[in-house]
Amino acid sequence: MLPGAVAVLTDQLARTGNPSSLHTSGRAARRVVEESREQLAASLGARPSEVLWTSGGTEADNLAIKGLFWARRSQDPARRRILVSAVEHHAVLDPAFWMAEHAGAELVLLPVDGDGTVLVDALHDELAAHGDQAALLSVMWANNEVGTLQPVADVVALAHQHGVPVHADAVQAVGQVPVDFGSSGLDAMTVSAHKVGGPGGAGALLARRGLELIPVQHGGGQERGVRSGTLDAPLLASFAEAVREVVDALPESARRIGALRDALVAGVLEVVPDAVLRGPAQPSRRLPANAHLTFPGCEGDSLLYLLDSAGVEASTGSACQAGVPRPSHVLLAMGLDEDAARGALRFSLGHTSSADDVAALLEVLPGVVERARAAGMAGVR
Amino acid sequence: MRVLAALSGGVDSAVAAARAVDAGHDVVGVHMALSRTRDQFRTGSRGCCSIEDAGDARRAADVLGIPYYVWDLSEQFEQTVVADFLAEYEAGRTPNPCVRCNEHIKFAALLDKAVALGFDAVCTGHYARIVVRDDGTRELHRARDAAKDQSYVLAVMGPERLARSMFPLGDVASKDETRAEAAARGLSVSAKPDSYDICFVADGDTQGFLRSRLGSRPGEVVDSSGEVVGEHDGAYAYTVGQRRGLALGRPAADGKPRYVLSIEPVANRVVVGSADELVVDTVTADQAVWYARVDDADCQVQVRAHGAPVDARATVRGDHVEVELPTGLRGVAAGQSLVLYDGSRVLGQATVTASRRALAGR
Repeated sequence: MLPGAVAVLTDQLARTGNPSSLHTSGRAARRVVEESREQLAASLGARPSEVLWTSGGTEADNLAIKGLFWARRSQDPARRRILVSAVEHHAVLDPAFWMAEHAGAELVLLPVDGDGTVLVDALHDELAAHGDQAALLSVMWANNEVGTLQPVADVVALAHQHGVPVHADAVQAVGQVPVDFGSSGLDAMTVSAHKVGGPGGAGALLARRGLELIPVQHGGGQERGVRSGTLDAPLLASFAEAVREVVDALPESARRIGALRDALVAGVLEVVPDAVLRGPAQPSRRLPANAHLTFPGCEGDSLLYLLDSAGVEASTGSACQAGVPRPSHVLLAMGLDEDAARGALRFSLGHTSSADDVAALLEVLPGVVERARAAGMAGVR
Repeated sequence: MRVLAALSGGVDSAVAAARAVDAGHDVVGVHMALSRTRDQFRTGSRGCCSIEDAGDARRAADVLGIPYYVWDLSEQFEQTVVADFLAEYEAGRTPNPCVRCNEHIKFAALLDKAVALGFDAVCTGHYARIVVRDDGTRELHRARDAAKDQSYVLAVMGPERLARSMFPLGDVASKDETRAEAAARGLSVSAKPDSYDICFVADGDTQGFLRSRLGSRPGEVVDSSGEVVGEHDGAYAYTVGQRRGLALGRPAADGKPRYVLSIEPVANRVVVGSADELVVDTVTADQAVWYARVDDADCQVQVRAHGAPVDARATVRGDHVEVELPTGLRGVAAGQSLVLYDGSRVLGQATVTASRRALAGR
């Protein structure tokens, strides 16, 4: 966590009082919550009333998909299609699949190109054919695995021509690229604290004023009656502080991390010439902190183990249940075959990453890849 | 040494890994995912394949302070162990999937990958001992606790793979001792029930599993004189020596219980007879692996995981072995693993091809 966010969190933890209570300490807690709301809104170009606190990105995504679907369908029963890109995070993809299985939705997966960018033409064709049946569209601001920035403005413009509300999961984007909810034209947007150096367990759905959402979680009627549950003032204050810090640090932080990432990618391609950069080659079309590569003939989990033993922490894709490594749905949607997708590694840089870290990686990587390749061959019997 | 500890999520593998850590090795825990459609929790006495087990394995690694990974070996498992299981039953033989898993998965796919990644050995929670002689030869021996001994299912791995294996529980006095040690170490799996059944047969219903994968193939049940005494749904679902579940309408002429004597897959017939007819005294086996040079020797043999060893006289020709059993053995089926012992020491292992009664009356 960012030191500033830790300070705010620990400072607030001793506070008693439920923000929904009317007594003095309740009002004091409420004030913290509302100041945090104003702070978060200011950092993201939203109005305070557009912030709905949640327990994190997953809950916000679920609320967006389910809440928007139910609201739109009750306004117009013909609107049953949920449009999501094929490379969405599971927190969007899985509720969309669930709604198709259990709630009468029709799921439409929007294809992407080889870089993982949503094909706007395909969206155009889908909306031209079935625009009056679309309940909602969800396209992430930036992909969590390969870092691809999506054409949010084009997507919003197209969808709005057909009266379709648009949600974007912006969990990865906040703090790495400028994110302005108001000027994006989005109807709803997900943000999360843990990805920006804030505490785990806090997030928000930004929902345009006037956007109807059917609640997923019922209870005491907090958060405009859309998201019930007692609010955790310290967590939200710390979340707002973290977002403020990472947004204020832009664009300088992105320039620094982007340069480091470029050096990492160039270095990897030099020491392992057959490694393949996935996602857009053009740095401006991907998140500055993201480098995603595949190593032919290697298993991602072998690479991860060998790097971890050498003191380098990377990721094979996105973590999943029981830790069984599966080829990434993002890479498969980009057209990779299962074998190529198995050899994937994602390197994420952060505010503490340095040129020394990149040098340390490049030092051990050739040996690690060679060994993982031998192990990959051992698996083929 | 760099040691890969296979963590099933059970108590044995957790304590084995703990002992490897105590011995000063650099240990990494790996849980093998052997099925892609995993149940959330264990059901019955089925072990090692649920998400709960993967979670228990992770917790054990946490407590031991070792890294933890999940390796997906489900494809190899399906292609070797499960496919072999079905093909063997289909051919009228009696496979032991745990033997095949040790042969193809634990001490092959897992071990090979481990070695390629720089590990020196694979450590498991099997109950067996490895004895290293002064000249460096490594011998596989029965565990100290005869009731838990698993040398029978391990023998198939052969000496080269044994050289890269560690069984820290070989000298444990009893399973209770393992459980007590797990509790003392703060391992939450200390009271977890043992698993017995075949891990990929969801409800322990092997016949039902075979029927669902191989389909229904009705045929006749005959006695040893060829007279039809009943019907079956698929000869593959029967095992030599089986008594229960024959569902024969009429009792035998002598009124004694009847057992499966043999399976005839081509004729799709199951042959039944009396307990006496089950006894064989000569067993042939092939695909032998040897831990010691064995030509012709007096030894003991064991043909099933929980069977008692019997005295035997072995005649060896390369990877082919024939054993004579002066006291006889009941219900020996083709496909079973034959393990030869000299006292506690494993001499070799082979797969039964045939058995007969040859010595009787001599």
